[in-house]
Amino acid sequence: MKLSMWTYEGPPHVGAMRVATGMKGVHYVLHAPQGDTYADLLFTMIERRDRRPPVTYTTFQARDLGADTATLFKDACLAAYERFKPEALIVGASCTAELIQDDPGGLAEALGLPVPVVALELPSYTRKECFGTDETFYQLVRTLAKPCERTPEVSCNVLGPTGLGFRHRDDVTEIVGLLEGMGIAVNVVAPMGARPSDLARLGAAHFNVVLYPEHAEAAARWLEREHGQPWTKTIPIGAGAVRDFAREVGMLAGVEPRIDESRLREPWWSRSVDSTYLTGKRVFLFGDATHVKAMARVARDEMGFEVVGLGCYNREFARDVRALAKEYGVEALITDDHLEVEERIAALAPEMILGTQMERHVGKRLGIPCAVISAPVHVQDFPARYSPVMGVEGANVLFDTLVHPLVMGLEEHLLAMFREDPEFHDAAGPSHHGGSAPRPAEPDVPRNISGTSKGADVVVWLADAERELRKIPFFVRGKAKRNTEAFAAEKGLAEVSVDTLYEAKAHYAR
Amino acid sequence: MSGCTDMPVLRERGQHEVFCGLTGIVWLHRKMPDAFFLVVGSRTCAHLLQSAAGVMIFAEPRFATAILEEGDLAGMKDAQDELDAVVERLLARRPDIRRLFLVGSCPSEVIKLDLAKAAQRLSSHHAPHVEVLSYSGSGIETTFTQGEDACLAAMVPGLPATEAANLVLVGALPDVVEDQALSLLAAMGIEAQVLPARRTGAPLAVGPNTRYALLQPFLGDTASELDKRGAARIEAPFPFGEEGTTAWLRAVAEAHGVDDATFEAVTTAPRVRARKAVAAARDTLAGKRLTALPDSQLEIPLARFLARECGMVPVEIGTPYLHRAIMAPDLALLPECRLSEGQDVERQLDRVRDDRPDLTICGLGLANPLEREGLTTKWAIELVFTPVHFYEQAGDLAALFARPLWRKEKLDFADRMEAAE
Repeated sequence: MKLSMWTYEGPPHVGAMRVATGMKGVHYVLHAPQGDTYADLLFTMIERRDRRPPVTYTTFQARDLGADTATLFKDACLAAYERFKPEALIVGASCTAELIQDDPGGLAEALGLPVPVVALELPSYTRKECFGTDETFYQLVRTLAKPCERTPEVSCNVLGPTGLGFRHRDDVTEIVGLLEGMGIAVNVVAPMGARPSDLARLGAAHFNVVLYPEHAEAAARWLEREHGQPWTKTIPIGAGAVRDFAREVGMLAGVEPRIDESRLREPWWSRSVDSTYLTGKRVFLFGDATHVKAMARVARDEMGFEVVGLGCYNREFARDVRALAKEYGVEALITDDHLEVEERIAALAPEMILGTQMERHVGKRLGIPCAVISAPVHVQDFPARYSPVMGVEGANVLFDTLVHPLVMGLEEHLLAMFREDPEFHDAAGPSHHGGSAPRPAEPDVPRNISGTSKGADVVVWLADAERELRKIPFFVRGKAKRNTEAFAAEKGLAEVSVDTLYEAKAHYAR
Repeated sequence: MSGCTDMPVLRERGQHEVFCGLTGIVWLHRKMPDAFFLVVGSRTCAHLLQSAAGVMIFAEPRFATAILEEGDLAGMKDAQDELDAVVERLLARRPDIRRLFLVGSCPSEVIKLDLAKAAQRLSSHHAPHVEVLSYSGSGIETTFTQGEDACLAAMVPGLPATEAANLVLVGALPDVVEDQALSLLAAMGIEAQVLPARRTGAPLAVGPNTRYALLQPFLGDTASELDKRGAARIEAPFPFGEEGTTAWLRAVAEAHGVDDATFEAVTTAPRVRARKAVAAARDTLAGKRLTALPDSQLEIPLARFLARECGMVPVEIGTPYLHRAIMAPDLALLPECRLSEGQDVERQLDRVRDDRPDLTICGLGLANPLEREGLTTKWAIELVFTPVHFYEQAGDLAALFARPLWRKEKLDFADRMEAAE
């Protein structure tokens, strides 16, 4: 048993729902008890879909157990087929149905429906949502993709976008545009927007573009094996990666890697003098592996930040993320426990967090600015406006997204120069939090403020020193505090005075 | 007038588009600040709770899930030992907790994990600091608000006994509403206690002379547990709107021998206020046809309020579960309409499309899809979180239903203006 207050991923059948809901002409019959329909509202509310997800739940109850849950499943299957007339059916069990051991695949097959039936084995007690998307899409592709002739013109499939995906809608538009701009036809985009009949002709493409390995890597590997289609490994997030992506695609397609950069503003914005203050901002990244890997490069090489830590919640990609962390000279954090993430953030005291909605709340609590770069996200990150994170426009969107939470350069100077002014003094709180960030009480006695309550290395801050610390702008205060305490520990000091603070500052001056 | 008392009820089985009882935790833990709710379940249960709790989840809420893992199922580890370890860790982290509820889920019930036994064991281990109780919030046993019923029912057997002729109000209401109810009764000279009490150790006891009144319609099991302790239920319609609140107060007042003059003196002013507040929404609601899909068991008393005090015309009123005896006073007041119990969601939606009501009360999984079909909806979950009972909230309650219609009017008007240009 694992104590959990919040989870980064839902159960695997929610992943299957994301694939079914993204597609057209597919219906999912889910053997599940009353209540599992809660997942519908992720789609109707967070993603704001105007249709119910194409999912039928058997809704078995206590009185059905041991009696006729299998009949219930078959009846639900037949009724769903009759009503929705899907081109393909997927069937499976939620966590509770997995325990009662009806066999949805066998039961559905016995019905002899005139459409393909894909049975899903989704182990709910060992795997999670992203496994569910990847496995479901793989099984659909395996069942439905038929051998077919390559298209005469060079073409590719775009694989990975699903329902409830972070910015998937606009990423697809952006990347399809980029591919077409290079003279490459897009054969099928899947799962999002595809019908079973579209999956049947996946094999006609010359190669595959995999936008989200979390959701499409198994399918891409199968297509490579069975249909001889190579697939792209570069995730086109950030200006540099977009150029690399164009080169990789160009090589696979045998065309010139052309990108229309006339609207690519991110590199210049980042070079303009107002961005100078971004240099060396200490950032921590957390989210799904794909976005974290791509964003680490954006953060370091395109924004000029210093990456002080990174990690992901999906263990499937732990090895990749560990390798990346090594490259950045930091320790990878592979965990699905948000309390561990919070601890790491508190320990590193970064000036900015790039993460999921959970990290946004951690940031709010610790007074650290945060930009959201990965699912899970809440309703505000399914915006009405066009906001991809991939491709040329995606790079522009990212620049804005990463800069807005930070205090602008001018404001930073003002904070330093006029720190006692009514608008800028410490108790006013950071402006981007509407002045609502936690405000600690004024110190009047020496105390331990380092957050460690036990152990030998307790450092006591003298009241004067703590007051002086408060005068340091909040976004560098965490770092100053940490450095000072490290300096004091190194010198064997039990107390921090104003002098210690400034000696440490001189010691660590960069 | 017999209203719907003898109306046949359409009973349906099939896909239920409803929450399970675990959802009750989301408002129950707010009501009991010294309690923690530990669900023993799957990742799905944890995901449901965080989806239902929205941003509340980030405020260190007093609920969590002990997620079952492969080892717990395969019998490789003793699930009871695992649970003890989780509880140990939890209580060490939250020393402020005085009551711990072990909440059963579908998975824990299917594997027959005995939470009652665990609660007993843990209770004696952590006594006297923490009291450990258990109940089921599983989807196979409970629908949405029935989770509160199961929780309160689990508390009743442990309540101290008394011979006193006390009054217990049953059901978790927002503190502001609870205070209004208590002060109205106090003004009539009636002292009352509330189940659930805000804190453990509050002087709440039951016995053969206890009388109780339900504040919420979904408390059938709690009522029968109280009956078992010898307590007697005061029969009343539920306190929604001016009429409902007055009838509820009158039933309690009569049971306590309050004279008419006192009753009038206490209730006249708030009754006038409530009627006036409802009037603002009545203009919008009167004559509009209403369908309620099953969700919380609040549907019948709310439809009664909307029909009688706001002039709406009920078309179909669905409820997940109909407790005849408890609902009798409200059924008698509800104008004749189609009643349904349980759900086959596809067939029910077919009826909604045929009926084309002006307002449909439904869950969040259905609301946007129905709006897209041109229907106007009011999502139901809000009704269990928002203060809606008693006089002072009557206007807010009516406005909850009028607002979607106001909004539609405004946006449609803007559309028409644009078309005319």
